[in-house]
Amino acid sequence: MGESIVVTSGKGGVGKSTTSANIGTALALIGKKVCLIDTDIGLRNLDVLMGLENRIVYDIVDVIEETCRVDQALIRDKRCEELYLLPAAQTKDKSAITSNQLRRLIAELRDQFDYILIDCPAGIESGFQHAIAGADKAIVVTTPEHTAVRDADRVIGLLEKERIATPKLVINRFRKQLVKDGGILDVEEVVSILSVDLLGVIPDDEQVIRAGNAGEPAVWNSGSLAGKAYRNVARRIMGEMVPLLVQEKEQNMLLKMKKWLGFA
Amino acid sequence: MAKVVKPSVLIKGTKDGLLFFFDDNLPFSVVLNELKHKLLHENSSHIWNGPDMRVQIKLGKRQITRSEELALREIFSARKNLHIHMLESDGVPYLLDPPRKMEMLTGTVRSGQVLFHQGDLLLLGDVNPGGCVQSTGNIFILGALRGLAHAGSDGDESVIIAASIFRPTQLRIYNIISRPPDEWKESENKMRFAYIVKEQIAVDKMSHLSHIRPEMEWKEISRKFG
Repeated sequence: MGESIVVTSGKGGVGKSTTSANIGTALALIGKKVCLIDTDIGLRNLDVLMGLENRIVYDIVDVIEETCRVDQALIRDKRCEELYLLPAAQTKDKSAITSNQLRRLIAELRDQFDYILIDCPAGIESGFQHAIAGADKAIVVTTPEHTAVRDADRVIGLLEKERIATPKLVINRFRKQLVKDGGILDVEEVVSILSVDLLGVIPDDEQVIRAGNAGEPAVWNSGSLAGKAYRNVARRIMGEMVPLLVQEKEQNMLLKMKKWLGFA
Repeated sequence: MAKVVKPSVLIKGTKDGLLFFFDDNLPFSVVLNELKHKLLHENSSHIWNGPDMRVQIKLGKRQITRSEELALREIFSARKNLHIHMLESDGVPYLLDPPRKMEMLTGTVRSGQVLFHQGDLLLLGDVNPGGCVQSTGNIFILGALRGLAHAGSDGDESVIIAASIFRPTQLRIYNIISRPPDEWKESENKMRFAYIVKEQIAVDKMSHLSHIRPEMEWKEISRKFG
């Protein structure tokens, strides 16, 4: 029996789709069977990030309207055997599906997959309400900025109202240097405001943008720091204890320094 | 012809101490005046100088307010050997206005959420930016106040808003609205409270609350009540 996890943020542009694509790919790389669902109907992106845009024949609205079967609409990833994408429709809008229809669809997918990741549209309107309807768990993505944290807080409140288990937090596009200047919020500050468990901190990495444009999630790039952070998030989702990358790096620096000075 | 006046305060001695019966038909001020006369008048003062004595006061059917009780105890405090042991009304609690009850709630008030409360509120949790706590009484927050707090919303100007981490986006008491300065010093985030003074909201350190609301000072209260 698979687990459905909605990836949401409230604010747009903080990296919901990128996070969905990367966590999904990382889970599949570990060997789990993963299905990504893009619920941003009318503004689909996830297929582009995954480099699967040209393979779309049917989409989620076709499945719900029973124009096709689920397995006809599911697109297998070009690199990963165990990763599938259910793309959003581009020519319809949010009113094309209802919460109940999506709930039924996810119930159907549960038997076939270990993880079902639902990529949620920005905002808290009907699209958001539909996306969270079938979810067991939630991942809230935010950046260390006041605007994103405010919206994340609002979204956590709404998720609590829907009785979805306490959401987990991913802080995206974190820049250590800017924290030192006081330009952005620190990890501790964000966590203390939102008072939810931290699932991971993704460092700001231009590789992610490059990878997204190339249609190949950053997780595939072994040299990418963000990719490593996403792989750690996937391991934490599976219940492993993995130290935070930011702290880990700092420790290494300290160790190197000590070594250099001859203390260690 | 002089009318025979029934005394409004009747005192009886028992083996356990003194019983005071207060007439419940007369205004309480008349009763207190008579009591003052009986306890404090020069002619009678020698009667009261004796060993320590327990006092029971029977109010009849009358119920009194907290301030009336304070006035009553003030009169008795002049006689150091008299200790009020019990205050009673027939079959009902003697106080008309039982002390305001405070309710304790937990949880985070997040952006877009409104916590409305009747009476005093103790919130164990944070109020985040965009979140709102409104209460007709006082608001005490054991946590961080980062959003909006509105105390005394029914028109009570004597209430306060207090929080362990005091960093509100806006404060309201009754119909007065204030916002904190744009620049906060780190040291200003500690435990603070807000209150109304001269139709403006002021924020002060917790230790100053006893000067601003002396009637709430515990030492003051325990002194009055013996």
